[in-house]
Amino acid sequence: MKASIIVFPGSNCDRDIAVSIKKITNLEPIMVWHKETVVPESDLIVIPGGFTFGDYLRCGSIAANSPIMTDIIKKAMKGLPTLGICNGFQILTESGLLPGTLIRNDCLNFLCKTVSIRVENNQTNFSNKYKQKEIIDIPIAHNEGNFFANENTLKKIKDSNQIVFKYCDKNGEINENSNPNGSIENIAGIINEKGNVLGMMPHPERATCEITKLKDGENLFKSISEFLL
Amino acid sequence: MNVKIMPKNGVLDPQGKAIENSLNQLGFDNFSEIRQGKIIEIDIDENEEKALNIVEEMCKKLLVNLIIEDYEIIFDREK
Repeated sequence: MKASIIVFPGSNCDRDIAVSIKKITNLEPIMVWHKETVVPESDLIVIPGGFTFGDYLRCGSIAANSPIMTDIIKKAMKGLPTLGICNGFQILTESGLLPGTLIRNDCLNFLCKTVSIRVENNQTNFSNKYKQKEIIDIPIAHNEGNFFANENTLKKIKDSNQIVFKYCDKNGEINENSNPNGSIENIAGIINEKGNVLGMMPHPERATCEITKLKDGENLFKSISEFLL
Repeated sequence: MNVKIMPKNGVLDPQGKAIENSLNQLGFDNFSEIRQGKIIEIDIDENEEKALNIVEEMCKKLLVNLIIEDYEIIFDREK
């Protein structure tokens, strides 16, 4: 699997993702600077987390208009698997590739901790290595992770089974107490209708090695790489 | 021209809430709600109609996220 990782000014998870992908696929991903206008031939595009352009205006809004985005939007619309994590998720919503948007955490704090999320849809190419309703532990680190969509959009997302991950507690309970940031219906990650663009606030790349004592992110990269093999 | 951007009604405005709480702590209790938005000043050397069209386009493409924000374009003729 050839992966392209897009690097913007202020991206800071790009190398963690590269390490995770290399570990799982044994292939070196291509790092692509945001000023490029064409994504090199690849099977997967990853938009990493970080604080692109200092989160100016709205998180992800400036990056969503970087030169490389025109080609990413074109390729993602044609079905190329595209993954956005944290700020990458914000960039995907700002660019219109995913519905809804991410606003300030309702607690007003920057959140940096490991949370439990539940796999709501394991029938996607990013989540097929997980069991349906599996509870996994993945770190979050964000200030604007509060997923918001208007009623109509939310209905569409639910009707077409686009919710992939939801915040839960250790037992898989999904309620206000297990919602770290105020996200509507505890949404932690969604996929587009076509099923090739996934955005998620938790960081699977921070849960792929022994040092972190977290391994639950591995299956996400395994899912997508085996699908592409 | 100025673009005034405000969080839509019903959308959580944590900054407004935080200001509200702080004002309450300072003893101000004679207000009902605080909402915080932003103003973007744009110097544009075009006639009003053309300027308005350009700024509208800017709002839609970048300045405003219509899912959560409303905007108003205000002429600032003094400039």
